[in-house]
Amino acid sequence: MNIVIIDYGAGNIKSIQFAIRRLGYNAILSNNTSLIQQADKVIFPGVGHANSAMKKLKDSKLDQIIPNLTQPVLGICLGMQLMCKYTEEGAVDGLGIFPISVYRFPQKSKIPHTGWNTIEKLRSPLFNSIQEKEYTYFVHSFYAPISDFTIAQTEYIIPFSAALQKGNFLATQFHPEKSSSPGERILSNFLNLNK
Amino acid sequence: MLSKRIIPCLDIKNGRTVKGVRFQELRDAGDPIELAEFYTKNGADELVFLDISASEEKRATLASLVEQIAAAINIPFTVGGGISSIQDVQSLLKNGADKVSINSAAIQNPELIKHLADKFGSQCIVVAIDAKQINGEWWVYSLGGKIKTSLNLYKWAQQVQQLGAGEILFTSMNHDGTKNGFANEALQQLSKKVSIPVIASGGAGTREHFLEVFQNGKADAALAASVFHFKEIDLPNLKSYLQENKITIR
Repeated sequence: MNIVIIDYGAGNIKSIQFAIRRLGYNAILSNNTSLIQQADKVIFPGVGHANSAMKKLKDSKLDQIIPNLTQPVLGICLGMQLMCKYTEEGAVDGLGIFPISVYRFPQKSKIPHTGWNTIEKLRSPLFNSIQEKEYTYFVHSFYAPISDFTIAQTEYIIPFSAALQKGNFLATQFHPEKSSSPGERILSNFLNLNK
Repeated sequence: MLSKRIIPCLDIKNGRTVKGVRFQELRDAGDPIELAEFYTKNGADELVFLDISASEEKRATLASLVEQIAAAINIPFTVGGGISSIQDVQSLLKNGADKVSINSAAIQNPELIKHLADKFGSQCIVVAIDAKQINGEWWVYSLGGKIKTSLNLYKWAQQVQQLGAGEILFTSMNHDGTKNGFANEALQQLSKKVSIPVIASGGAGTREHFLEVFQNGKADAALAASVFHFKEIDLPNLKSYLQENKITIR
């Protein structure tokens, strides 16, 4: 299987590559548009600030490539937020794959939302064999509200989307690569999706 | 519900763990990778690696160790110890660290926190604060607790938050090594004064101490070293004890 992790200078992406290696697959890190288009599975990571991440995507024309991919694509954390239409972080327009906006958590509790939290109302093959209220690892200050595209939800200050799906585009707010065995199971489910 | 985190801390010197670790399960108790895998399997929520080596080659050794750790474990980990530049942080994150912890370099140059947060995001910048209570007042110390500064704990904590720190790792020097419990009063004050997560460190001796640090100290996470390394506290046992006592634990 041909797996590409989009490398656009977004933080710790080696962890995703290692997690995939532990599952017995090899993933390459690349920002080469044709390699990305030809991949069987594409992972779109992202850690850091939305503004600089979006700028890097535009510089490498990836902002035009990603929304038109037809194979399964998995956005992770900021990757998920950038797949939305707009994010309050830096007031940036995203890729618009999910027609929803991303907001900053109201300051009613500690921000960033950091640590292990439960995911529930799971509805996607991404969560095959994952139990309701399983713990996964989150670190973020912005959230996507519950919408028609929500395939898992979590509560912190308010209920929000822990994962989104629209056709071949899937995304998690949590870090599956850092979420112990359940996270590895979720990654494995993604890799096992049909093209 | 967001769970409270239990974080074993490993001291590293020249690529090896220091402080005797007594685990029959481990073939090589000085191997940080084997120890990290052991804690991960036993339910650690995160790990902290503190590099205490002083040699010139430490950066290269540490970067390669970080890569090996990232390849081996599937939970988040933080790396600290003498980190003082954007280049240091870049190399550690690039090799697979999830967060870095800075201490003395931030005291020397508070703007470093802002530069790091702007470049890498607040979520990966932990500011470690060592403080000692003297006549009722909490003073921040630098260089591994050697030098007393003129900084007040709470004011410094608020300043690092404002500069962009994503988390505070507070070690009470009065409690560290005593095994008499965490600095719950100071932790509770700290939690009221900042709006970023606080990791409590220093003083863990029993399971009850962990319960108290969450109930009274309002800590978001608790860090300990020797009680885990010497198996005075067993991680799965600690976690079920906390669950029985209504603490949200993974």
